[in-house]
Amino acid sequence: MGWRNVPYEALCLCFRTTMPLSTQSQPGEQHVFVASLDNARNLSNILKAIAFKDHAIFSATPNGLKVTVEDSKCLQANAFIQADIFQEFTIREDLVGFQINLTVLLDCLNIFGGSAVSVAGMSTVLKMCYRGYGYPLTLFLEEAGVVTVCKINTQEPEEPIDFDFCSTNVTNKVILLSESLKEAFSELDMTSEVLQITMSPSQPYFRLSTFGNSGNAHYDYPKDSDMMDLFQCTKTQTNRYKMSLLKPSTKALALSCKVSVRTDTRGFLSLQYLIRNDDGQICFVEYYCCPDIEVDDE
Amino acid sequence: MKFRGKIVDVACLNHFTRVISTISKLTKSCILRLTPQHLFFVLSGKVTNGGVSMWCELSQANFFDEYQMEGFSPEDNEICLEVTPENLSRALKTTQNAKAVKVKLTKKHCPCLTITAELPTLSSISRVVTHDIPVEVIPRRLWHEFKEPSVPDFHVSIYLPPLKTMKNVVDKMKNLSNFLIMEANLRGEMNLKIETDLVSVTTHFKDLGNPPWGDDASQGGGAARRWDPEAMTQARVDIRKLQQFLIGQQVNPSKAMCNIVHDTVVHLILLHEDVSLQYFIPAVA
Repeated sequence: MGWRNVPYEALCLCFRTTMPLSTQSQPGEQHVFVASLDNARNLSNILKAIAFKDHAIFSATPNGLKVTVEDSKCLQANAFIQADIFQEFTIREDLVGFQINLTVLLDCLNIFGGSAVSVAGMSTVLKMCYRGYGYPLTLFLEEAGVVTVCKINTQEPEEPIDFDFCSTNVTNKVILLSESLKEAFSELDMTSEVLQITMSPSQPYFRLSTFGNSGNAHYDYPKDSDMMDLFQCTKTQTNRYKMSLLKPSTKALALSCKVSVRTDTRGFLSLQYLIRNDDGQICFVEYYCCPDIEVDDE
Repeated sequence: MKFRGKIVDVACLNHFTRVISTISKLTKSCILRLTPQHLFFVLSGKVTNGGVSMWCELSQANFFDEYQMEGFSPEDNEICLEVTPENLSRALKTTQNAKAVKVKLTKKHCPCLTITAELPTLSSISRVVTHDIPVEVIPRRLWHEFKEPSVPDFHVSIYLPPLKTMKNVVDKMKNLSNFLIMEANLRGEMNLKIETDLVSVTTHFKDLGNPPWGDDASQGGGAARRWDPEAMTQARVDIRKLQQFLIGQQVNPSKAMCNIVHDTVVHLILLHEDVSLQYFIPAVA
């Protein structure tokens, strides 16, 4: 018995007998944002890929939902979930934004265990509602007839850092099959404080280097490799990024099937991960990272 | 005092191992009472263990092929030991494909439960593994502390939802809060609730059914009969205690139920065919 097709007011009616007063919906109450999903994992999985800090900024627009997490003003991760991924996506304002504790949200989304779907129809159905500024984000989760209602307090959204990364300033860009990068990342020397990325129109084309306790290591990808979907490098660029900042992105890498690696004129790094969910739909997770130290081009 | 028992049947041995393992997850130390017919594992609600108490009853005939005991005296034909279930459980895990397992009360450097397992061999030489598990003999004058608890005069008695679902929910709630409110009414509805500064979460279970207790049920004044069937009775408990209880359950019992005395205690009961487990979690303010 799913309630995905039942109008929200009817849903509230059937809760009314058991729900405490505080969770009842008032007649005529307007939600500025309502979204529902047949499978809550489609949201929780992608949020896990950016869950390296507690605080997340939610921004919903008619196009979909963007969730942003930042660290030390040097790293920003964005998860994009398009409106058509949701079975219902209603928004009454151009932009609905709030800040929320992501760890709490993930615990709520996985309240029924969040394990892989083994039996068809045993997924957790989700409905998210938000009444507006100052109100909590309300989640209704249902699995096998059991309903959980979560009210997560929201905070005033902070302005996300604008990394000002625009495609016109991109100097180098490669698109790789994630498979190849997963392998490299799993073998990276984590004792190295930095990961150095070299991108060049000539040898070594695309190189990952580490400088750890046990020596230096280089990973080279030839530009005509099967793993390379696209190779657009205009200028030799070598930049270093803090390993500790890049590490959270491996969560996104693990879920993704393709990854686009771009650097701009300032050496800023953009990693875009293409993630296919349980239902075969596509979502994106994007990481921006500041370079650590400038290395002079040779 | 004498005690010796022998388990031959593999199914009985596995079952016994599972029961001990369940108990080892609930408590570090407990009392083992041996009577001619039963084994009881008892934890009495002391402040040191957070006021939680436990009563687990096994009928010896369903586990042991041979069972001999001689208690404190013919009038008090019982043996009362303090044991560490974890040690018992670890010893039993090494006996999984044994041909026979013997359990005996012995006097080594200290009183011990000696578990001897005869392991299968291909050759004619037998392989025997022996575990000596130190125990403490409880003197007769202290036995009164380990009596079977009476069923409290509950307001609501209700069947529990599938324990796996409940465990998942409680595990996640534990990440969010230290305390959980259990609510139930006589209409078969139960809620698990947490509330913190950050979040409030309520899981609603319905159509669980209320066990028919009859008149002999509540030994008190029949609080359930006076309780409004629609009204929720509630108890706020330490979420770790409830989680411990749920972690321990390796097999789905034939019956799992819960009695709640409003703001006082949560009494959980699991019934397997030949084992019953009762667990009491006191409510906290």
